[in-house]
Amino acid sequence: MEYIRAFITGGLICVIGQILIDKTNLTSARILVLFVTLGVVLTGLGIYEHIVEFGGAGATVPLPGFGYALAKGAIKGVKEKGILGAFSGGIMATAGGIAAAIVFGYLTAVLFDPKSKK
Amino acid sequence: MESLDVKQKKINEDYQKYANSITPRSNIITNCIMAFLVGGLICTIGQVISNIAKNYYNMNTEEASATTSISLILIAAILTGLGLYEKIGKRAGAGSVVPITGFSNSIVSPAMEHKREGYVMGIGAKMFSIAGPVLVYGVSASVIVGLINYFFIK
Amino acid sequence: MAQNRIGGQTIVFTKNPPKITSRASIVGKKEGEGPLAEYFDKILEDDLWGEKSWEKAERRMFIETAQMILKRAQKEPSDINYLFAGDLLDQIITATFGARSLGIPYYGLYGACSSMTQTISLGAAMIDGGYADHVLCITSSHFCTAERQFRFPLEMGVQRPPTAQWTVTGAGGVLLSSSGEGPCITHATTGKVIDFGIKDANYMGAAMTPAAADTLKAHFEDTGRGPQDYDLIVTGDLAKYGRQLTIDLLKKEGYDIEDRYIDCGCEIYSEEQDVHAGASGCACSAVVLAGYLLKKMEDGELNRILIASTGALHSTISSQQGDSIPSIAHAIAIEKKG
Repeated sequence: MEYIRAFITGGLICVIGQILIDKTNLTSARILVLFVTLGVVLTGLGIYEHIVEFGGAGATVPLPGFGYALAKGAIKGVKEKGILGAFSGGIMATAGGIAAAIVFGYLTAVLFDPKSKK
Repeated sequence: MESLDVKQKKINEDYQKYANSITPRSNIITNCIMAFLVGGLICTIGQVISNIAKNYYNMNTEEASATTSISLILIAAILTGLGLYEKIGKRAGAGSVVPITGFSNSIVSPAMEHKREGYVMGIGAKMFSIAGPVLVYGVSASVIVGLINYFFIK
Repeated sequence: MAQNRIGGQTIVFTKNPPKITSRASIVGKKEGEGPLAEYFDKILEDDLWGEKSWEKAERRMFIETAQMILKRAQKEPSDINYLFAGDLLDQIITATFGARSLGIPYYGLYGACSSMTQTISLGAAMIDGGYADHVLCITSSHFCTAERQFRFPLEMGVQRPPTAQWTVTGAGGVLLSSSGEGPCITHATTGKVIDFGIKDANYMGAAMTPAAADTLKAHFEDTGRGPQDYDLIVTGDLAKYGRQLTIDLLKKEGYDIEDRYIDCGCEIYSEEQDVHAGASGCACSAVVLAGYLLKKMEDGELNRILIASTGALHSTISSQQGDSIPSIAHAIAIEKKG
């Protein structure tokens, strides 16, 4: 069932991240960068498409999935617009997510105050 | 440039080894299990949203994917605002960092934090202090992939 | 050789040993839920304390601690000759605004978490040297202001490793006087910057331990005293693992402090409060000294203690550039005379 595949794929990708956190000194910022870049590269190599076929949201929701969207967008952009599309394609494909992050980030910051930790 | 003499270097090395030896390893098995469960759950929720988008709203794959991303970003933003995402992150580790919700949290948290420094240079400027590199490296890599496709793959 | 120096790093106050004539401590909510809660003068209900920012809340703690110290000693700011103060923030801004409020001639010092004994060392020298009758020594720290500056935004979901330490929210200080009643500062051993190459800002205990061990060893060598000459030996904020490392490092040098040694970072919070390795921050040693240790001395349970606050002197940029964490520890000997 596709929900189970999503759960397992997403879970496994996160476990890889957890092993990196515990075994190396990588901060979460660096892990985010590593994973998104890996997603781009694996998509370029045609590998990530298969992971998406199997895992669905389990492959697109984690950050390599963001890289997958970027790379797929760039490749599509090149097909449609040539070399210009290499530049515009990635951001166009992820525009919704980026705009959402900016707007929701701003609104949340305006509406909520930071709290101390327990 | 100072250079440590050989003796001090050895002292440092021995000390660092010793200091690391007395620390407990953070329980990696428990951490991985929690990361698996939370990460898996978030992705499953994403799958649910994607299916609703496709089946009830007749979106195609790309639109459904964008809807999923935006929805999860919004949910994570609200949880961050309420101070709950931080509590989840403590237990879930990578399970809350790796999904796109972690990306959202890393944008909302510095934005909230720097509110007191003003809306332009505080919220506005600091919003991408942690997630900025994701866009820099992700977009740059995608441009390179696009160019490689243009020049080498027909 | 300067008259009041002994050995390489220690000065002794013989002419007019400064007396600690007043003290005060304020702590935040979490510290108020810890094992030493009853010893602090004030516990905040929330760490913002009704102020517009945490930085402003930290300033308020600093100023009110100063006011409490003065009130207890029945003194006005105009009676105080010097204020020696420091904190963790850039440009020691908390201490600056505190000094502005108090209007006392001011020397701002940065020693990170070693501020308490650092300020007392210099304040004591001013008194013994006949340059002052009353010196106020205060320091503060705040969990939220420190996390903002050195680590990650508070709302971010990060996992802290087992060696991580929790910055104490609080302010503590003492009044040193040339006359009056109170335990005396007898010696001050000034630390050197020591760096054994630890780069992990999540393992401060390991970074600071070599400095603590070096200063304590220098103190013993300079004074000819040993651990058995003190009722209690205290370090500032090495926390669980740093404490163990200190015991081991000093044993190698021939000094066994284990049976009379506590670290403030291990004392402020209980295991249940889930702070991993323990506490840190300028306020850590400050409130434990001003609240707990000096009370024990007043009650006669402790007669002579040696306390060394420990500070990690890295900057937010030095860590990013791959530098290790240099540290320092300053030790003072306090004795109840008469």
